[in-house]
This record gives sequence, structure tokens and C-alpha cells, in this order.
Amino acid sequence: MPSATFSIWRGDRESGGLKDYSTEVSEGMVVLDAVHKIQAEQANDLSLRWNCKAGKCGSCSAEINGLPKLMCMTRLNTLPLDRPVTVEPMRSFPPIKDLVTDVSWNFRVKQGIKKFKPRPPDAPDGTWRMAQQDIDRVQEFRKCIECFLCQDVCHVLREHHHFDGFAGPRYFVHIAALEMHPLDVEDRVEELKKAHGIGYCNITTCCRKVCPESITITENAIIPLKERVADHFYDPLSRLFRMFQSKKKEGTHAGTETAAQGRDSGSAGAR
Amino acid sequence: MPSIDVQWTPRGFGQTARQDRWWVQPLLVFLGLSAFFVYANWAAFQGKNYFFGPYLSPFYSPELFGSSPHSWFGPKPGWWPAWWPFSPAHLILWAPGLFRVTCYYYRGAYYKSFWADPPSCAVGEPRQHYRGEHSFPLIMQNVHRYFLYIAVCFIGLLSYDVWKALWFPNPATGRESFGIGVGTLVLATNVVLLGGYTFGCHSMRHLVGGRKDRISESPVCQKAYDCSSCLNRSHMLWAWMSLVSVMFSDVYVRLCAMGVWTDWRIL
Repeated sequence: MPSATFSIWRGDRESGGLKDYSTEVSEGMVVLDAVHKIQAEQANDLSLRWNCKAGKCGSCSAEINGLPKLMCMTRLNTLPLDRPVTVEPMRSFPPIKDLVTDVSWNFRVKQGIKKFKPRPPDAPDGTWRMAQQDIDRVQEFRKCIECFLCQDVCHVLREHHHFDGFAGPRYFVHIAALEMHPLDVEDRVEELKKAHGIGYCNITTCCRKVCPESITITENAIIPLKERVADHFYDPLSRLFRMFQSKKKEGTHAGTETAAQGRDSGSAGAR
Repeated sequence: MPSIDVQWTPRGFGQTARQDRWWVQPLLVFLGLSAFFVYANWAAFQGKNYFFGPYLSPFYSPELFGSSPHSWFGPKPGWWPAWWPFSPAHLILWAPGLFRVTCYYYRGAYYKSFWADPPSCAVGEPRQHYRGEHSFPLIMQNVHRYFLYIAVCFIGLLSYDVWKALWFPNPATGRESFGIGVGTLVLATNVVLLGGYTFGCHSMRHLVGGRKDRISESPVCQKAYDCSSCLNRSHMLWAWMSLVSVMFSDVYVRLCAMGVWTDWRIL
């Protein structure tokens, strides 16, 4: 069997570096198989996260030859094996040990996002009615496996460390799934601009390129959200249109209420 | 927003563990956009050889003031400053130019190629300070939709130019007759490609239906959104094809006007 060399990052929060391991590889192997083999045969104390080995749990995120990827979905025959394959932890997050990083920041960000708030039920039995094409649009966003590769590759976090004012692509996808949901009535546009810092995104499309679920993050989630922010904050025409629309709605609402009151009083009179 | 308490080691410009040729794409974009920028400026400053028979170069359309028969309001206006060379292109070229500058695709492309912000995915950047489009000056990119409105008008005007390019004057009688030349096809292809780029723009997609959460309630918006989304899926391709076609259309008209190329009549 042919042999390949893997340069694996070994270390912890304080220090660390790449260490070379040579191991035999065979057809069909993925990087995670090779790392497991090295762990079993040469480095029993090597730490890594993994679970499903099928690209669905999002646990084995790492940087393979410098690019954020899932170890379980990266086949060795797609890599040049004539030189060492580097396997490093996600650079954007603090390392805990070896390939394991502390991704808890992501979960704290999620807690700060306004939750799903459906409109009142459409039917007396407490259920809603939705058109398939309306829900199709947000279905793509629900494929996210929270591997955080998009967060890792985003240069706003990776290079500029705006962890205190930028939610990152994963959470723009999450917000898009809520914001564009046909039942949701919550407004997250102001938070998008201020707390979640969508303006920091400069559309590099790196997040879309590394997504193992092929979610069109930039074009279908981030840019539509940026456009909603532009509607709200940067487009005077849109603001004017909204103002007239709300006045019209108020007028219609008031008219409807008066009519309803009239109907009520009329019916009360009839009674 | 929560923060992370950790010390990062800054990474130098171009530093990366990537082993592929990550620099090829930003370099090609840099060369392509630079070539277009240089050519467009050169062509705009020429102020001559921009029309040939019924053809008008898209860099000069609409010709508000100028010496060609395509001019709307007559020759060079009296208020034009003497210190600035007159060219009809200077009056209009800012609009499609700024539409492209503020386009989401081009923004992502030139931030990488010209600003190295970042040079490529997972590659070290030259600057530590970063404000993105969160504050001035790049926050101004949000005016993109206003340039879209103007760009849509330009599609109409360029379509009218194609219509005019179907009517060739007879040198003997002076009357116009229907015909199709290679130039007509060049200008028509240009309008199709520019239309594909403009109507697939991300702002267009938002305005025609993307802003609605329950788009199914408006079948017209649904159809428009589906069409725009279809074009938007290849927005990068449309952007480059239309950029090349608009440049080639100018080259074609210019070389015909200079007598270098002959415009073959098909009909």
C-alpha cells in the first residue's frame, strides 16, 4: 500500500505546531480515516471531534491544506499525496487540544437572535396555511449542519476578529431562515445592521465556497438580508413607500374597524 | 454580541497553508478589470469614431450632445468647460460605470483583487484594520439599486439603438431601408448580455419579489422573481460576458468608422 505523510497540528491553547506522521493509505480513504489510523497506531493522545463520518453532523471540521473542510468528506485522491497533507484546527476559534477547537462563541451568538414568532393561526384549530413556493425559499437554509466552516473562512472573523460585532455567515443563514419565513412576523432588520454587523460582510463568497451542504449562503441569504437592510436604512424611496403604505393600512384598518363597529352596533341593534 | 477571549497571532500578507494556486483568480480579475478600465477611459476620451452609419457605440449611447446624427440635443453645449476635453461619453458613462462598481459580484471581486481584502479565501491580508461596508466610505455601496434604475433605462436606450441599427441609409436616395449588418448583430448581442446582467442583478431580484416573504400571493412578482433568480445564478458569467461585449461593440464601431474593418451586410 502507498504511504502518505500528514502534518497534523498538535498543541493546546498556549502553544502548538505541526507534527509529521507517515501512514499507509488505500483507495477510498478520506482524511478522517487517515487521522484515525494515525491516532490508533502512532498518536493515541491525538484529539479530534468526529461522529457520523457522513458529512451530516458537522463535527470533524478542520483545515486541510489550508482550506476549511470536513475531514470525513475529503477524499485522499483529491489531494496531492506527494507532499505532506496539512491538517490543522479551525483557525478562527481558540484551540482546546490538537484538532479540537472551542466553538461555543457560535452558540452564544445564536442566543442573541430573535426567535421565530409566527402570526396568529390561520384556522380555528390553531394551524397555519403556507404556500409551498414560499417555504421552498427557506428550506435551503435548514440544510445547515453547523460545522462552522463558513465562520472559520470568513475573513471578518478569521483575520479581523470582529467577534463582538459580527454574527458571521452561519447566523446570517439562520436569520434569513427566520426572516424570510412566510409565517414569521418578527423584525430583525435593525439588529442585522447594528448588533449582527451585516455591513462588515464584503461579499467574498468564501462562506458559500466552503459550505459542505452547498448552501448558497452569499447570494440567497446574506445579499437578500443586505438588501432588506438597505430598504430600511439607506433607501429614502423605500422609506417613503413604506410610510404611505402604513398610512394606507392604518386608513384601511380604521375604515374596517369603523365598518366593523357599525356592523357590530347594527347587529347589536338588531338583537 | 459575545466576544472571544484569546490571543491571535497576526498572519502576514499572502500567508496561507493553501497549496493550490489561489492567486490565479484574483490576478485574472485584476488584469481583466484593469484592461477594461484603461480601454473604457481611452475610448471615452477619444470623442470621435464612435458611430458608423446607423451604429452608435454603447460607450456613447445615449449621445445627449455631440456632432453625430445620433445626437439628441445638438452639438457640444456652450457651458462645457474649456479646460476639459469634450466627449459625449463623459456625460453618460458614469451611470453604467457606477452600476458595475456597486454591483455585488464586482464588489466581492475587486475587494479581493485590488484591495486584497482578503486576497483569496483563507489567505493573510495586508491590513489589520477593517471596516468593511459597515461605515463610510463603503457604506455608500448601498446606493446600488439607484444605479440599477438608471441601468434599466440604458437597456431601453440600447435596445432602441439596435432598432436604429436595422435601418440603413441609401447613399443614392438618402432613404432608409431595412437591413441587418454584422454590426447590428454585435449591438443586439450586447443588449442581450447587458440585459442578462442587469435583470439578474441581486437588487433587481430583491425589488421584484425577494423583499416579500409570501411571494405566492403575487403571481406577477413570483414570475419576475423566478426569472431574475434564474439569471442571477450565473450573475458572474453575465457580468463578464456583458463587460467584454460592451468593449467589443465599441471596438467594432470604432474600427468600422476608422475604415479598418468592413461592416458586412447580411440582409
